[in-house]
Amino acid sequence: MTSPVLFETLLRLADDHLILGHRLSEWCGHAPMLEEDLAMPNIALDLIGQSRALYAYAAEVEGKGQSEDDLAFLRLEKDYHNILMVERPNGDFGHTMLRQFLFSSFMALFWDRAQNSTDETLAGIAGKAIKESLYHIRHSAEWVIRLGDGTDESHNRMVAANTALAPYIGELFETDDVTNTAIASGIIPRASDLRSAWETQVQTVFEQATLTPTLDHLAQTGGRIGEHTEDMGFLLAQLQFMQRTYPNMTW
Amino acid sequence: MSDQNEIPLWEVFIRPRNGLAHRHCGSLHAVDATMALNAARDVYTRRGEGQSVWVVPSAQITASDPLEKGENFEPSETKIYRHPTFYEVPEEVGHM
Repeated sequence: MTSPVLFETLLRLADDHLILGHRLSEWCGHAPMLEEDLAMPNIALDLIGQSRALYAYAAEVEGKGQSEDDLAFLRLEKDYHNILMVERPNGDFGHTMLRQFLFSSFMALFWDRAQNSTDETLAGIAGKAIKESLYHIRHSAEWVIRLGDGTDESHNRMVAANTALAPYIGELFETDDVTNTAIASGIIPRASDLRSAWETQVQTVFEQATLTPTLDHLAQTGGRIGEHTEDMGFLLAQLQFMQRTYPNMTW
Repeated sequence: MSDQNEIPLWEVFIRPRNGLAHRHCGSLHAVDATMALNAARDVYTRRGEGQSVWVVPSAQITASDPLEKGENFEPSETKIYRHPTFYEVPEEVGHM
């Protein structure tokens, strides 16, 4: 395992979690009910906490003296290598819950396997993250079921959310030279090996939600090489504002 | 979702440690028992307060009438001999 591959592997994971955590944090103060106003920032804090551990380790692996904050706040848009799903705008509450369910269902399977990673630090991060991911699935799946199998209005909104998110599913399972090298070294599990378990889990919840999964949609791609959707720049403007305006500030 | 009146109220009880009783800690709105448990976890156990959570529909609680406070509770106020303050609890008994 060469360290550039390990660094890139950690960075991708960290970026997925930071950007989705940031998107969820946008709900703070705007949730449809007080209980969700606490629940979504709770999940956001879990995700950002996971990204912190990954960035701190990535910075150590890189060995160029960068800190976790440098990696999180001071890169250019094309240097963020998250999947596109996590940077898409939140949409309505149902859209946010469905995105969380699709993502967390994948991550729980990923972390479960990654607990056996040949990289001990990543295995340790996985051991903590798996418990958090399992709760994120529980929370989001219950909402997907109730909104999908709810009123005509909520059902139609979930169908729309499913249609909107379908193009971003494929990227979860993408492979390239980086993943192939990392897989060969036993650092991370092969995403395609997780696909059937993921589909079964999604199918089970979608049946209860009276929704039809769209699993073979043409995939949007590009996040892993820094080709983002038009919304990413605005997200980063907000995310990076404080560190760029007041360099090195802490609180 | 905008009309909170349609969403039932639940009372939340948390048990902080093994061996202690569940204690009432507040209430919340949720559409059913599963969602109430999830919400209770998110609202009331954020700082490691709990080992176990109970939720009970608020409508299921039968409460004493505040107007009957006098006949309910005042008679006991003059019976100080019912307080176990004259006994020393042995260390081994632990939490009571």
